[in-house]
Amino acid sequence: MTTVLFDAPGPRTRARHRLYTVVTAVAIVAAVVGFIAYLNSKGALAYHLWEPFVTPQYVRALLVDGLLKTLEMAFASVLFAIVFGVVFGVGKLSDHAWLRWICLLVVEFFRAVPVLLLMIFVFFYWGITHDEFGRLGSVVIALTLYNGAVLAEVFRAGIQAVQKGQAEAAYAIGLRKTQVMTSILLPQAVKIMLPALISQCVVAVKDTSLGMYVAAPGLTFVGKQIYNQFHNQFQTAIVMAALYIAVNLLLTLAATWAQRRLVGEKKPLDVGMTAISTAGAETQRSTV
Amino acid sequence: MSEILDNFDLVLRAFWLTIQLAVLSGIASMVLGTLLVAMRIGPVAVLRGIATTYVTLLRNTPLLIIFIFIFIAAPDLGWFVHTPFLVKGVIAVTLYTSAFVCESLRAGVNAVPLGQAEAARAIGMTFGQNLRHVVLPQAFRASVPPLASTLIAMTKNTSVAAVFGLMEATARMRWFTNRYTDDTITIFIVFAIGYIILVEVLSLGSFGLERRWKAAR
Repeated sequence: MTTVLFDAPGPRTRARHRLYTVVTAVAIVAAVVGFIAYLNSKGALAYHLWEPFVTPQYVRALLVDGLLKTLEMAFASVLFAIVFGVVFGVGKLSDHAWLRWICLLVVEFFRAVPVLLLMIFVFFYWGITHDEFGRLGSVVIALTLYNGAVLAEVFRAGIQAVQKGQAEAAYAIGLRKTQVMTSILLPQAVKIMLPALISQCVVAVKDTSLGMYVAAPGLTFVGKQIYNQFHNQFQTAIVMAALYIAVNLLLTLAATWAQRRLVGEKKPLDVGMTAISTAGAETQRSTV
Repeated sequence: MSEILDNFDLVLRAFWLTIQLAVLSGIASMVLGTLLVAMRIGPVAVLRGIATTYVTLLRNTPLLIIFIFIFIAAPDLGWFVHTPFLVKGVIAVTLYTSAFVCESLRAGVNAVPLGQAEAARAIGMTFGQNLRHVVLPQAFRASVPPLASTLIAMTKNTSVAAVFGLMEATARMRWFTNRYTDDTITIFIVFAIGYIILVEVLSLGSFGLERRWKAAR
């Protein structure tokens, strides 16, 4: 699409674009140099502010107590969310109307409520009396409920994306509906929804950062301790952002790879944010 | 139960701040996101690079970290020291959401039939005219569902401002749960319903817009 928006540039346009490029490049370099000089003048580049990030003790704290805990929480909540998602996603396709309605209500509720609100509720209702396990558990439970609700929609859409003939053929050779679901539809749906599932992991990893609010362990919690001790707020924020971006870029790469490998040229699976908008959503999935 | 009803004006005031945050950040991120998408699909390679880098970086950073930059790191360097909290919250949410708005609009641009842009070029329109008069108006229509998803997510994301001292709905819920520990469930349900109303209003609005614009085509 992008190439049809403008004519192939002629010599004069190319010259103009070269000018834009040079001007912008110079502006960027100037901005970067200026920003670095500015940081330097503010003393933000002083060695003692960055020292924790080259001191083995703090690096270990950041990576083991921080990043690893964050990844563990994200991984646990995605695993539980898959279970939640399968149960409620399949439930939304049930033959029984009452079951469909219950699943719809549960899924809609947890999709519409902010994760942080859920997290605070779980923490004050249960986690606060269970020490460290309670804080960590509050994050995992909140993320499980939210991501599970989103994944329920992904699973439902994935199952419905399997060609109709597959289920019809399975019924024709005499499989019962549970068998059709477990041995025909779900295995094929997994392939279609794997990219969406990996994208959801990015959301889960990003949302673990909210654990800071209930003092759960994780990267942001360790980061907060470091900047409270060294008063290097800016430097710590840069390091934390870099770690999160690195992890999420790896996940995005995996999702792109899975998309190319398993789904091919077809559009990625998409679900809207609510039952109403799902009806219209057909375009790229946003991982907010 | 009665405590939260007696203090219901606090609940409403908290949701009013949430709505302010959401509306202001929504407008700002639509503007910034449109600029970004124009850069991203435009003919100048450097601008494309800038927009792509911005989107990649901001999409993969947790919103909480962006809040830390604006609320904790920036004042440390002498920025935003006297800026009102609401403005700082809007800046943080906007920086994050505009990356997603850019992606939603790009999906919309890709949905505009090729012949439209080609016809515009054929009658001699420049890239800017092409975008302004032909591609973007249609792209906005095609982007309604993904944009609505982005804005709904943004409305829920304003809750992160609670961590940084803005007394919006989520912070107010924490205030209530701290105070009335026996009523945690009631308090949670009241605030959850508030958010659900906001989300469903947005959702219905986008559904209506989509139907109306589809008919106009």
